Amino acid sequence: MAEFRAYVALGTAQIRSAASYRASFLVELFGNVGATVFDVLTVLVLFRATPAVGGFTLREAILIVGISSAGFALADMLVGNVDKLKTYVRTGTLDAVLVRPLPALPQLLLMDLPVRKALRVVFGFVVLGLAVAANDVAWTPARVLLIALAPLMAGVFFSAIFVTSASLAFWWVDSGEIGSAFTYGGRDFTSYPISVYGSWFRNLFAYAMGFGFVAYQPALTLLGRDDPLGLPSWTGFLSPLVALVAAVIAGVVWRSGIRHYRSTGS
Amino acid sequence: MDQRDASVPTISRLGPFRASVATFGALIGSGFRRYATYRQATLAGTFTNVVFGFLRCYVLLAVAEGAAGNMPAGYDAEQLATYVWAGQGLLSVIGIWGWTELADRIRTGDIAADLLRPIGPVTAFLAADLGRALHGMLTRFAAPLLAGAIFFPLHTPARWQTVPLFAVSIALAVIICFGCKYLVNATAYWLQDARGPIMLWTLGSGVLGGLYFPLRLLPDGFVTALWLGTPLPSLLQTPLDVIAERDGPVTQIALVALQLLWAVTMLLLAGLVQRRAERRLVVQGG
Repeated sequence: MAEFRAYVALGTAQIRSAASYRASFLVELFGNVGATVFDVLTVLVLFRATPAVGGFTLREAILIVGISSAGFALADMLVGNVDKLKTYVRTGTLDAVLVRPLPALPQLLLMDLPVRKALRVVFGFVVLGLAVAANDVAWTPARVLLIALAPLMAGVFFSAIFVTSASLAFWWVDSGEIGSAFTYGGRDFTSYPISVYGSWFRNLFAYAMGFGFVAYQPALTLLGRDDPLGLPSWTGFLSPLVALVAAVIAGVVWRSGIRHYRSTGS
Repeated sequence: MDQRDASVPTISRLGPFRASVATFGALIGSGFRRYATYRQATLAGTFTNVVFGFLRCYVLLAVAEGAAGNMPAGYDAEQLATYVWAGQGLLSVIGIWGWTELADRIRTGDIAADLLRPIGPVTAFLAADLGRALHGMLTRFAAPLLAGAIFFPLHTPARWQTVPLFAVSIALAVIICFGCKYLVNATAYWLQDARGPIMLWTLGSGVLGGLYFPLRLLPDGFVTALWLGTPLPSLLQTPLDVIAERDGPVTQIALVALQLLWAVTMLLLAGLVQRRAERRLVVQGG
């Protein structure tokens, strides 16, 4: 209970500090939406040139983008700031976090909770809502469950990717932008039907790393479409399982990273 | 460090012109060395460029497959692949993201020290940025292009003037980008905190510069207005169109000429804004 109160205190302090510079906060709030707006806009622009990308129409593609952006925005707001870990490791700020009687990861996330990214989450879910409305989904209880779970599980999955790639800094302080290849790269990968990618690249990202089950497979199941790549329709329901596995791996990597951590001494 | 770094135009034995050139060269060198320190980060960044190259290239090729005549916005598949991979190579050469040094120095008041130096901040920061770009060109440009050439058929330039034009276009893009970044950062002279303008710049420059998709996919009139009315397409779209030979030889040269115009305009603007700022500046902390 005391722990919970400490977390609440950390979180509300963030909200208060964000609210104290109102103009800056508003600019950042809208600027952050802009990033996701442009992601969606990019898809619209590409479809100006062609009626179908990878065998999917615009309506179908927007459903995939919707799940991906809603999940990514959620993960980016709640967990995305963990990618500052490399700075914390280099400057030694992490030492201060580790001596406190609270687990390090939730502390780090709440120390720097980006409230300014809230509107972006809303936008992601609005796109998803519009996409669902634009497609003729034959609703069954299973599909209703899936549309509720898919964006949340996408969020869990992206959070796991954020934590795993940030943990790299425990072993390699100068890892620089390498994490972005999997976090932002993963977002870009999941924003399009995976049938567009070359086979080895797709096998690596979609199946070995699990990005295919974030948005693409659930979208197929919702639409009742056969997978041009041959996976059966129930694989859309694998998204919670894949997210769970990713979260467990992220947890293990994070823990071993914390154990491995040696302060830089600065 | 050799003594050249300490040379100042007015007290040098070399004569004013050669001394300024030597000073400018020394500043470029120090900008280069600063980035050469982070070798591992260079490697990590290259890896990320290559991953994004694959992502963008596959998507654009899928668009080409469905487009009328397989030529979306007038690019064939090979030109699109060149567009993407050269774009990933140029990303950290042009350097549209991440430079907040001037804004930070204004906020902390360190700019006061810069104003005391015998070389104006626009010139000094430009030299440092050219050094950074040179380092980027030598370390970050080739690898993505090579990766692209291994996995995709790329467009081979058919005209002899394309490669030298491309080189000129890159240099101009670096200067234009520096001017834009300088102006965005300089808003801190008035706002103290330039986070808002920097965020708008980060958003706008990526999309309207041609990084996410070739701008020609947008309606023609809009693209022309963007090209003539803003420096943004001159950042990436122009060099990439030049190397992909999207247009005939005349338009190709005209686009680079337009870049030259923007480069001069942006540098003049940066100088003007700097002088206005100095007149009203109250340095933070007294």
